[in-house]
Amino acid sequence: MKSAVIVFPGSNCDRDLAVALEKTSGTAPIMVWHRDTELPQGLDLICLPGGFSYGDYLRSGAMAARSPVLRAVAEAAEKGTAVLGICNDFQILTEAGLLPGALMRNAGLHYICREVPLKVENGASAFTGRYEAGEEIVIPVAHHDGNFQADADTLDRLEGEGRVAFRYSGECNGSARDIAGILNQKGNVLGMMPHPERMSEAAHGRTDGRRLFEGILEALG
Amino acid sequence: MKTRVYVTLKNGVLDPQGKAIHHALEGLGFAGVNDVRAGKLIELDLDPSVADADVEAMCRKLLANTVIENFRIERAAEPQEAQA
Repeated sequence: MKSAVIVFPGSNCDRDLAVALEKTSGTAPIMVWHRDTELPQGLDLICLPGGFSYGDYLRSGAMAARSPVLRAVAEAAEKGTAVLGICNDFQILTEAGLLPGALMRNAGLHYICREVPLKVENGASAFTGRYEAGEEIVIPVAHHDGNFQADADTLDRLEGEGRVAFRYSGECNGSARDIAGILNQKGNVLGMMPHPERMSEAAHGRTDGRRLFEGILEALG
Repeated sequence: MKTRVYVTLKNGVLDPQGKAIHHALEGLGFAGVNDVRAGKLIELDLDPSVADADVEAMCRKLLANTVIENFRIERAAEPQEAQA
């Protein structure tokens, strides 16, 4: 599996994500800087790491969504390359219009950093094949702006098309219908607030997150 | 030429910051505050040749997230600053 991790100024999960990808797939991802206008050829997977790209100026993800590399990511996504956006990069993917809705300030206003139980809603996507639909897993969140909002029609469409990948088991940040992660229409773009790379080794306490990377590896080869 | 762009949350979109400000005002003893909505003011210093349509495009492409926010553009020659 040939993968890349996009690095923005202010990304802080890029190296953790690279370690998780290398440990799962056996191949280190290519690190791509935000100013690059072209991506390496033949990528199977583009990962966007969490962090505080561009200092969260204007809105979380707003600046990164307009950076040169995002145009290349959008083109690759359009052609069917798998794109995984975690935390800040779920925000970037919605800002860039690759995923619907928006991520707003947490309803309780506090930054939330803790392990949260998640329900797997879709166990058949290119990202979630190692999970069972309906299964409960635990993955940490660490965010200030994770409150997913969209209009009722969009939410109904996401639910109806099986595009809700993960849901918080119980209240977390005020997200509409407790949505924690969603897929695009083609199923090749996943955005999620929880950090699977932080729960991917025995030393992390649990390995629920590693199965996401294993599932991607299995689906993409 | 100064142009002001006001970005506000759409009606019906929950505004946690506005709610917190509201609670704080009540905590300070101010009565009669029915609701508080927080927004952003962005000031642009523009060349007079910049068309209104361009300012609107700036708002749609970057300054506001139209999924959740509305924007209002105010173009004035020299806005009067209130003296504190």
